[in-house]
Amino acid sequence: MNVRTNSPVAGRVEADDVTAGGGSPSPAAGRVAATSPRDRRRPRRDPRKAIEIAVLVGPALLVFLAFVIFPVVMAGYYGFFRWKGFGPPTDFVGLQNYVTIFQDPTFHEALSHNAIIVVMSLVLQGPAALLLALLLNRPMRGQSAIRVLIFAPYVIAEVVVGTGWSLMLQSQGALNGLLEKVGLGAFTQDWLADPAIAMGTLLVILTWKYIGFAVILFLAGLQGIPQELTEAAQIDGASYWQIQRRITLPLLGPTLRIWAFLSIIGALQLFDLVYIIWGQYVASTAGTSTMATYMVANGRNAGNYGYGNAVAVVLFLISLVVALVYQRFVLRRDTAGALTERTER
Amino acid sequence: MTASSIALPRPPKARQTSRLPWGSPTIYVVAVVVIALMLAPLAYIIIGGFRTNSQITADPSALPAPWVFTNYADVLASTTFWGQVLNSTVAAVVTTVGVVALGLMASYVLARYRFRARGVLYALFAAGLMFPMTVAITPLYIMVRNLGLMNSLGGIILPQIAFALPTTIIILVPFLRAIPDEIEEAAAIDGCSRLGFFWRMVVPLALPGVITVGILAFIASWNGYILPLFILNNEAAFTLPLGVQAFASQYSVDTAKVLAFTSLSMIPALVFFSVFERRIVGGLTGAVKG
Repeated sequence: MNVRTNSPVAGRVEADDVTAGGGSPSPAAGRVAATSPRDRRRPRRDPRKAIEIAVLVGPALLVFLAFVIFPVVMAGYYGFFRWKGFGPPTDFVGLQNYVTIFQDPTFHEALSHNAIIVVMSLVLQGPAALLLALLLNRPMRGQSAIRVLIFAPYVIAEVVVGTGWSLMLQSQGALNGLLEKVGLGAFTQDWLADPAIAMGTLLVILTWKYIGFAVILFLAGLQGIPQELTEAAQIDGASYWQIQRRITLPLLGPTLRIWAFLSIIGALQLFDLVYIIWGQYVASTAGTSTMATYMVANGRNAGNYGYGNAVAVVLFLISLVVALVYQRFVLRRDTAGALTERTER
Repeated sequence: MTASSIALPRPPKARQTSRLPWGSPTIYVVAVVVIALMLAPLAYIIIGGFRTNSQITADPSALPAPWVFTNYADVLASTTFWGQVLNSTVAAVVTTVGVVALGLMASYVLARYRFRARGVLYALFAAGLMFPMTVAITPLYIMVRNLGLMNSLGGIILPQIAFALPTTIIILVPFLRAIPDEIEEAAAIDGCSRLGFFWRMVVPLALPGVITVGILAFIASWNGYILPLFILNNEAAFTLPLGVQAFASQYSVDTAKVLAFTSLSMIPALVFFSVFERRIVGGLTGAVKG
């Protein structure tokens, strides 16, 4: 982490690259216009360097294009067909798959479940994780052990988490047994199958599983806040909570916003836990289905690959729109800094 | 860094702690409560494996009485379990090596070479964060099938490498960019080529970042579910997550054994993580600030 603080030293004269590569609205026009000043500053063409670049980036780029970009593009293509997945798709149906998706009440339900999960994940995990991170950032004995324990659920496979929780929450399971035993028998529930509670159960499991990630990010952010600021505030007589509110929280802003971003995207694309705990059919009746489980249930499991791909495209577009809106309005300050960083130096 | 701060004598720090309005007993109470909540489900899984099914049926929330070890022994003696451990290990190790190798090479170029397409390339890889596997899984499955990689570990390793690249590159680029130019110049004066510099200086200096991305890739692969679910249909090729699920549905009446199988399958990721926990936080610090 100390390495990073050296970056101003390493911030070389590279202002031209980024703006020329990504920022220019019309690259061709920009190139012509920018030719003279840029050529002055660029080193001469070096075939050896070009080969090095190709050799070093080539493999990663190839794998990335082949297994990430290409499939996503193909999803868009397959989405226009009625297709059972064998042979090339021939039954072109235009936008019919998309019409079906948007007319399907099951999809509407899945979409609303996703919306609940997005909002509630932020509400439940954010404040709790922030408090935990503040707590863990204070010097105390056994800190490292506590950290590992809080992060433990995050590194455990979704399948393990799902299997364990679903056994524990069965109507004859350990939680109900425990409630009976301590005299709270009135609170026993059918935690997984009752549509009135299932979503709440899912949110608790999600919080349990993913709060460690939020804490880990926040801790990393907290460690980047210079201690001098806190000490100065202390000398000026600020209380602990004043310091956290006025100094720590604003400085942690970028980390919080990035976490929220990752959380939102993750919630929109939630699949594993729901599919494992509620199976492929129960999820919709229990009220926990998500767009992704809908996609797998109505796509691959139903043998309708064209339809499944269309759902994938919808899921992707929704995520993309949310991400772009978020970046435009929330992350703007942070990314603006990141993108213009080198130009300003 | 915690190690160094412990080693240094810090009188002002101690005073500061004692002056804080939040007494440390509260911290420990909160910490204990949180840990209890976090650990309860895990404890249920692990301890449940030491019980018999009749014990579990009679009282689902009790401690083992007596403790039985046959469930764990049975799982440890089964070839299915070890086969799945082997599959998961191979997939995770190859994925990790692949991600680190490809990611480090690409990040090196993106961080330290100046060329026209650099911004576009970086944006392309970064945009990969927007393409999670869930979206691409159906065409990915069709593609892997067309490549004839169904039921082979290669069919999950290649996509895993590809999908881990964006995170890897985003974490590594700031690390590599932070290596001072003076070091590169000194190396060049001593007759080191750019590639020589890469091997002799960059790889060792970027080690904290490399370890972070390596662990993240390993754990993601070890825990991966949706990709194996689509690609691996043959029990012999199952990785542990699929194995756990298959085992849980196959022996759904044998809850104790399912719990034993489940807890054994989570050990490697936990061990791996506890050993490297500080490294992960350190690596993310660089990334978050970058």
